[in-house]
Amino acid sequence: MQTDPSHYMIELREVTHAYKTKAGPLPVLDNLSLKVPENSFCAVVGPSGCGKSTLTRLVSGLMKPNEGQVWLHNTLVTSPRPTVGMAFQNPVLLEWRTILQNVLLPLEIVKSPMSKAQATERAHHLLDLVGLTGFAEKRPSELSGGMRQRASLCRSIIHKPDVLILDEPFGALDAFTREDLWCTMHDLREQEPFTCMLITHDLRESVFLADQVVVMSGRPAHAQYVLDVDIPGKRTLDDLYAPRSVEMLATLRHQIQVAQGRTAEGDDAPSPPPPPKPARSKPIPGAMQ
Amino acid sequence: MNDTARKVLAPTLFIVAILAFWEWAVWYNELPDFRMASPSDLIPRYIQFWDLFLIKSWETLWRTVVGLALAVVVGTLFGMIMGFSRFAREGLYPILVGFNAIPKATVVPIVALMFVGQHDFNTVLIAFMISFFPIAVSVSIGLSTLEPEYRDILRSLGASQATIFWKIALPKTLPEFFGALKVAVTLAFIGTNLMEIVSPHGRGLGDLFDSGRISADYPLMFAVLFALAALGILLFYVVVFLERIFAGWAERSPV
Ligand SMILES: Nc1ncnc2c1ncn2[C@@H]1O[C@H](COP(=O)(O)OP(=O)(O)OP(=O)(O)O)[C@@H](O)[C@H]1O
Ligand SMILES: [Mg+2]
Repeated sequence: MQTDPSHYMIELREVTHAYKTKAGPLPVLDNLSLKVPENSFCAVVGPSGCGKSTLTRLVSGLMKPNEGQVWLHNTLVTSPRPTVGMAFQNPVLLEWRTILQNVLLPLEIVKSPMSKAQATERAHHLLDLVGLTGFAEKRPSELSGGMRQRASLCRSIIHKPDVLILDEPFGALDAFTREDLWCTMHDLREQEPFTCMLITHDLRESVFLADQVVVMSGRPAHAQYVLDVDIPGKRTLDDLYAPRSVEMLATLRHQIQVAQGRTAEGDDAPSPPPPPKPARSKPIPGAMQ
Repeated sequence: MNDTARKVLAPTLFIVAILAFWEWAVWYNELPDFRMASPSDLIPRYIQFWDLFLIKSWETLWRTVVGLALAVVVGTLFGMIMGFSRFAREGLYPILVGFNAIPKATVVPIVALMFVGQHDFNTVLIAFMISFFPIAVSVSIGLSTLEPEYRDILRSLGASQATIFWKIALPKTLPEFFGALKVAVTLAFIGTNLMEIVSPHGRGLGDLFDSGRISADYPLMFAVLFALAALGILLFYVVVFLERIFAGWAERSPV
């Protein structure tokens, strides 16, 4: 195994990847470089279809990039490894197992110092944390989409991975549950540090959770913009309304628009809000009849 | 009406109604025995030949089950090969389809000649040949259509192909497998009887049927038909029972 003395936990070097399709190669990633230090939290945002899920599959070793390298833990990634935890965009749970058995699944593959009883206790603890108390013995078909996502989140961290890769794990959740889980994530990181790569389409989520937000450009994607989130101390949801956060959100929003190709790049300042529409004074003819 | 009461009552009611109608129709049309036996004609046959019915049923039963068991083993094996290798699938599929298309009634005399006197073996062989196709196809389709997302759960942790097969692919295919097994059990049963009747060798319910035919005992022939039906129902529900145990999770509770 090739080793390298950089101190980054996740590092992508000029990664280029294309899918083979019937209509020829579809370039998805183009010269993407990215660095995530140990125990830090990296959020990745970008337009839909730009290659975010592809990125997670490359980092986890499920696929190999056409060009460039992916490094994890200072070793070159050539195949999946048990020190990684992954929650997929589509939270597939095994229908023939209970939620508890689903959460415990990784421990059947990965060697762990935990005893069976400890593992079960940890599973129950995690289920409590994500608000699934009392659902351990239920089948996946008895859960809602958002609940399944939360169960899949528990499954991804049950074996205490060093690197956690989450692909839009809160996508199917209502705003309140989502904010609860954001705080849960912070608590978890405090209790057991891990390096995290989170894919999301929620800019507030990225700013609240991450130390670093990477904006991906449109397809084929590279890292278009990297924002260091400097909110000191323990974060609370109120921090999102502080002027500094509002400013960061505006920057990110602008960068996303650039990525979507709606605004010319190079235009560094956040775009000014559109002028207010003139109030409609005349009734539209025939609208009320 | 509660659930279990209905499950017992409904079929009983229908069976009684059909038998009553049958009895009435035979009596009303004054049909002679050799045109149509009535249910009341059958009871004396069961009483007279009860020991034969038991022995012959057992012969038919065990040969069907052995043939089916072989079909499960070989069918699953073929299904696995075709499910995992596209090359094997594309190569084997047309052969299996052709093999399945041959009417087994034409194979019976050939097999009977090939293995002269090996009656049990021949019967099991026909039961196996007729029933293994649906199993092979269902297993291969189940495995080859397994969504990659399912594999990825374990693959992302560095699990081996064998582990993925045992923990994901196999359980995931069980509902399809049991669907095919329900078809296969009936087919195997038909196969056994085909052998017993087309190439009579003095064993199984087919033999009892044959002796009914030879001695012009028409009610006996009808009595055998009913015994066959009962055996068929028994076999089918054994499979349903196994399905409940091993693939019960796939059953949605009624909405
Ligand atoms: N297995 C595949 N074969 C061919 N093309 C694929 C495959 N998977 C993804 N793609 C294509 O690659 C592009 C990037 O896909 P990807 O799933 O990485 O996007 P994404 O950024 O995760 O999108 P979203 O935000 O909607 O989840 C898409 O245009 C998609 O059509
Ligand atoms: Mg995606």
